[in-house]
Amino acid sequence: MRFTLNGSAVDVAAPPMKRLLDVLREECALTGTKEGCGEGECGACTVLLDGAPVVSCLVPFAQAEGAEVLTIEGLGGDHPLQHAFMREVGAQCGICTPGMIMATLPLEADRKVPTLSAIRVALAGNLCRCTGYEAIYRAVRSAHAAGP
Amino acid sequence: MTSVGTNVARKEGLGKATGEAQYIDDLRFPGMLYGRTVRSAVPCGRIVSVTRDFDPTGYTIADYHDIPGENCIALIERDQPCLAVDQVRHVAEPILLLAHEDREALLAAKVEIEYEPAEPLYDPARSPRTFKEILIEKGNLDRGFAKADAIVEGTYATGHQEHVYIETNGVIAVPEHGGLALYGSLQCPFYVLKALKALLGGAVASLRVVQAETGGGFGGKEEYPSMIAAHACLLAIKAGRPIKIIYDRVEDMLATTKRHPSVVRHRTGVRRDGTLVAMDVDVLLDGGAYCTLSPVVLSRGAIHAAGPYRCANTRISGRATMTNTPPNGAFRGFGAPQTQFAMEVHMERIAEALGMDPVRLRLKNALRPGDTTATGQMLGDDTSAVAVLREAVRRSGFSRKRAKYRGTNRGIGLSLFYHGAGFTGSGEVILASRAGLETTPCGVRILVANTEIGQGTRTMLAQIVADALGVDYDTVEVAQPDTSRVPDSGPTVASRTCMVVGGLLERSARAMREKIGALTPAEHHARHGPLRVEEQYEPPPGRNWSEETYRGDAYATFAWGCDVAEVEIDPVTSDVRVHKITAVQEFGRAIHPALARGQIEGGTAQGLGWALLEHVAMRDGAMANAQLTNYTIPTTLDTPVMDIVMLDNPYAGGPFGAKGLGELPIDGPAPAVVNAIRHAGLDVRAIPATPEALMASARLGDGDARGAA
Repeated sequence: MRFTLNGSAVDVAAPPMKRLLDVLREECALTGTKEGCGEGECGACTVLLDGAPVVSCLVPFAQAEGAEVLTIEGLGGDHPLQHAFMREVGAQCGICTPGMIMATLPLEADRKVPTLSAIRVALAGNLCRCTGYEAIYRAVRSAHAAGP
Repeated sequence: MTSVGTNVARKEGLGKATGEAQYIDDLRFPGMLYGRTVRSAVPCGRIVSVTRDFDPTGYTIADYHDIPGENCIALIERDQPCLAVDQVRHVAEPILLLAHEDREALLAAKVEIEYEPAEPLYDPARSPRTFKEILIEKGNLDRGFAKADAIVEGTYATGHQEHVYIETNGVIAVPEHGGLALYGSLQCPFYVLKALKALLGGAVASLRVVQAETGGGFGGKEEYPSMIAAHACLLAIKAGRPIKIIYDRVEDMLATTKRHPSVVRHRTGVRRDGTLVAMDVDVLLDGGAYCTLSPVVLSRGAIHAAGPYRCANTRISGRATMTNTPPNGAFRGFGAPQTQFAMEVHMERIAEALGMDPVRLRLKNALRPGDTTATGQMLGDDTSAVAVLREAVRRSGFSRKRAKYRGTNRGIGLSLFYHGAGFTGSGEVILASRAGLETTPCGVRILVANTEIGQGTRTMLAQIVADALGVDYDTVEVAQPDTSRVPDSGPTVASRTCMVVGGLLERSARAMREKIGALTPAEHHARHGPLRVEEQYEPPPGRNWSEETYRGDAYATFAWGCDVAEVEIDPVTSDVRVHKITAVQEFGRAIHPALARGQIEGGTAQGLGWALLEHVAMRDGAMANAQLTNYTIPTTLDTPVMDIVMLDNPYAGGPFGAKGLGELPIDGPAPAVVNAIRHAGLDVRAIPATPEALMASARLGDGDARGAA
């Protein structure tokens, strides 16, 4: 099946009902996308599908056909959000971090520093057990201030 | 230049934010099979038969017959089997192990187990089996009650809590050179090693345990990884191939440990002026089916049960008993959140009974330097109960809001609490931890078994070493915890890593400096080859403890906290919204302030979840809501604004003045929230305080909480 993965055209042979999460981790060897619950509750497996955040544990691979999929690896290693999550300790254990960052990305489209309430709503589907979220808000706002 | 006290760049680099960090499920080994655990479906009974209902070709199958050593998970007691023989004591008890290279085939394999069920026991108060009993006595209770103007009694209860580390439990066992390497998501590599040695006896030539990047622990990866490691190793020996076992969320929630539920009864004698003259406290913990860590959880819970208060006549009796539910175990706070919840809600009720301001009551009795705790421990200048209380009250505008919210559906409440740093009693002496340093071509490497599980261990220890050795922070690296390469510096638990292990590293650094003179470690390495130094734990001079009488210095020091919670109760749904938490905490000194703040914010959120949302529904001995859809932890929308204050009071016995911090923050939120709910007029004495529980709770009259505003 053909789709665009992190900006490159790919053709991956996998069953259409296989979870996109497993296709990314097992067929594409991109293990930055994490499984937390397998039922769409925790958001650890969040990726962007045509620019919108989705929980890849609930997306059958068939839905990725012809679509653009962006994973944490697609940000390269030098994105302001990645630096900010480490600097502001928005990442503690780090297992939710790739999903958090992916869920935050759509906020970046707006030029203004996102309000606290906008960040809260954008991340309401992403669970973190370490931080109490406060440091994540600091990270998102400081990354935005730093600019891409 | 100094790095302690500054927010230096973290040792883990960017890997956690780029997806490069390798957690256990990200690792693969050639020829690796997936492992699965077949578990009991009944809470109690005899196994009559185990029938395989699939073609075994391609499967590796192991049961208790395949255990070369002792069939137990060696911890405090050796009562918990690795694999059931003929009896089961709880739902989800491991019975049979399967492995296959294809996960679909593995999950498709059907096994029929026939049981002869027995009558299960779920009430810890009626249990015939007690894992541990503790009695702490100070002064004379009868004489104390004789002096009392009023006696206040109450019973308080807390429920299970699931850790919900976002990475579930998992390990990989890999055969190597006639031995085994065990990689895992875990907190305590040497605990796993001890359990594997007992289980495997001399059947393997070598054993080592290596921590992979770990996606959260909170105590949930203290003892349970030994069980999963045991299973993976048995399968790996039998298959001669690497075995990966990763629990899915449902299995993790059904089978692994939780916070002990508690019932705590208080009977307190108090003078009209608020002086506590007699405290009689009874603590009951539900241990679940096997002993695991219940004796030490009870110990910490009981020692903290009288709260941070002075009382000349105190009796604390505690017991942890068996029930036919999955074993409860370590969870951040380790018994102290349970007992301090009871103490702090009880203090609120004492204030109500006396018509006294709750702050004044606490100020009257709060421990000060020179006072003694329930175990008779004399406190020194590292005692900050009054300081945290005053600062939290001032900063939150407590008194003003207390008056303002009166008669509305809003409330404000507080809690005062403390937490002993390091192992209880003689625990650290028995552990006799060792930590070391070795020179490298680039600088120096830290050798400890303590694990980074999100709290910042690597960074914080490197800061201590850099400053104690007088080298640049960037030249300090931290070895991956691998039991074949690092000394046993003890488990990553009990708020001990910074204070105890950091202290050992501070000494190691000074010892290394003496040996290398004016050279840098890298220069010394170039001229003289590798140099390794190691230091072993020694108790602070004059510290005494009796395990028999529970008298003496229970902890090297305590950290102190005061939380203020502001809540609003929806008059229609009884949903409690926490609008703000003010948390003032003193833990000596922050080595890395941003990481320390993260411990407080994260622990506070976990405490709020425990207080309001996290209900483990036990049905027929099993968690009925073992999934994140209906076991809810706080989301961004449930977590309030937090005002965090870190007070300095450097502790002479800790590295650069640091005490322990990891657990303190979870002691305070639940009682602060429940006291705020009381202020809003509802008599709640158990958590989680769900809307259903609030609807069933009694309204307080004007003579109660409102009168004491």
